[in-house]
Amino acid sequence: MPADEEKILFVENLSKRIGQREIVTDLTFDVEHGEIYGFLGPNGAGKTTTIRMLVGLIRPTRGKVQIGGYDLGKEPLQALRHVGCIVENPEMYPYLTGRENLEIFGRMIEEVTPDRIEEVVRLVELDQRIDDKVKTYSLGMRQRLGIAQALLGRPKLLILDEPTNGLDPSGIREMRRFIRQLAREEKISVLISSHILHEVQLLCDRVAIINKGRIIQIGPVDQLLEGDSPVEWKFSPLDRGVKVLESLPDVTILERRDDGLVFTRIPEDCIHEANRELLHAGVKVQTIHRKSPTLEDIFLQLTEGDSLA
Amino acid sequence: MRNLIALVYNELLKTVKKKRVLVVLLIIAVLIPVFTYAQYRTVQTTIQQMGTSDWRSILQQQIIDNQNRLSSNRMPEEWKKLVRLNIQQQQYYLDHDINPMAPGAPTFVRKFTEESISLFLPLLVVVVAADIVSSEHSAGTIKLLLTRPIRRWRILLSKYLALLLLVSLIVVATAILGTLLSGIIFGYGGWELPVFTGFQEINGEMITDQVHLVPQWQYILMSCGLAWFSCTAVATLSFMVSVVVRSTAAGMGIMLASLISGSLLTQAAPSWTALKYLAFTNLRLTDYLSGTPTMIEGMTLPFSLAVLSIWSLASLVVAFTVFVKRDVLA
Repeated sequence: MPADEEKILFVENLSKRIGQREIVTDLTFDVEHGEIYGFLGPNGAGKTTTIRMLVGLIRPTRGKVQIGGYDLGKEPLQALRHVGCIVENPEMYPYLTGRENLEIFGRMIEEVTPDRIEEVVRLVELDQRIDDKVKTYSLGMRQRLGIAQALLGRPKLLILDEPTNGLDPSGIREMRRFIRQLAREEKISVLISSHILHEVQLLCDRVAIINKGRIIQIGPVDQLLEGDSPVEWKFSPLDRGVKVLESLPDVTILERRDDGLVFTRIPEDCIHEANRELLHAGVKVQTIHRKSPTLEDIFLQLTEGDSLA
Repeated sequence: MRNLIALVYNELLKTVKKKRVLVVLLIIAVLIPVFTYAQYRTVQTTIQQMGTSDWRSILQQQIIDNQNRLSSNRMPEEWKKLVRLNIQQQQYYLDHDINPMAPGAPTFVRKFTEESISLFLPLLVVVVAADIVSSEHSAGTIKLLLTRPIRRWRILLSKYLALLLLVSLIVVATAILGTLLSGIIFGYGGWELPVFTGFQEINGEMITDQVHLVPQWQYILMSCGLAWFSCTAVATLSFMVSVVVRSTAAGMGIMLASLISGSLLTQAAPSWTALKYLAFTNLRLTDYLSGTPTMIEGMTLPFSLAVLSIWSLASLVVAFTVFVKRDVLA
């Protein structure tokens, strides 16, 4: 398969076996330029192993990784030249200052000038503390220093493993804003792994859902959200209301619960019609609640069989 | 190449900022005065025991005794040669007004190097070498190092080169600090003092054909060179352990245990000749200079150098293979 100009990252049939256990099986996905791509799965799903394979820390048992058109297995230096990453925690040398850390990593990449270091420090807003020892930094500052380090070589692809892990709510919000800004203004593609659905939902353009080492779904976040949009009803008498709803062409009854709640799938612009029909039939409508489906719902739906097994 | 220099600079910067080097230099700076004082006490005791402490007349008497032995016909020719050298040495002490009991900083450095080559210097080397790779694992920074667009073997090579520089620093610092600190008590004279060397041991017998005198400064340079070689071998082995074990504490433990058993085993079982193929029984390279008999039969300077080199090369092969191939899982 030729290198695709549109894709900054292209992964095909990526698998890793350690001992008898296959940790990751046949992952195939791609990340486009300027896209924020979510890699979502519960802990232990194989996200970190995959990310380590993408940055050359782990050798895949099978499959290939292409970064910026270069095969990671064959031309690792050209491939890694385009990548900045934080794998798990942003570990830096605590006995050095932020600037010394950046200088150390800068020396390992060509073309990193002192000006570039200044620039990334300003970008992550660490200018006040950059000459302090890293051991005095808060977790949020370390995270930002980690990102500064990842950005030094002007990467086209930024790989972040659980970037908001351990941050406080304001830190998380800030990190989100920052990642969006990077993608929009610097045109950097970002691959984010996370076990937090909410986070991927707020941040990503596309998402791959991974469980037990396999991708179980890939799609744009809004499309995944569109599919099911259940509406929750509460009315009485129950039987009559259900009969009315069933008679309407656009409505599907999903679930009828014992506590009197009815879940339906119904297009948004039909809700008021359904409501009118119910009123006409003398049904007392108490609640109409549109549940916006979260990735959580989708995820549970997709992985339900597995977790029960 | 420019790139490699930058990498070595990175490694040195980390070691210096981690204060590892400082700790090692401090250990040297504290221990040398202690040893100097110990030496000083010994000298004082000897002088007291000899009573009048007029070392010149004693030395003069020894020279006359030696000359008398030379005129004896029953003495074999090779012994006579040794005795002549001995007289030459004693005459030097007398001519240059040096008390052989308290001969100055260079003699202290020479003795200190001989004593420290098998344990003290290697221990300091282990302190620096054991964590040079494993600390990156325990701190997690190995992930940052190995995701740069740089081949893994170059990263490891830069660490090894930095380690060699640090070993050199330790040896040089020991010599320089030893001179400076012991000189405060013993004085700084005695560089030209003649010292015996050139002993050979063949089939358990000390052969003295090649024995001659060299000025002490030259002898010290040779000892330091040999000490450097021993330390490099220790550093290379620790380096390998540091790559393979990934835990600094475990690596240091392994190295200390091997070092100490290496020096104990030769004394415990001199008849067990297979011991001479171990790396750590071959560290006392300066014994070949001074003519101290080796514990195990059949050990010579070239033999020991070869054993240490083979162990070092094997360690490097293991270290580089493991480092390049291994997955970074945690």
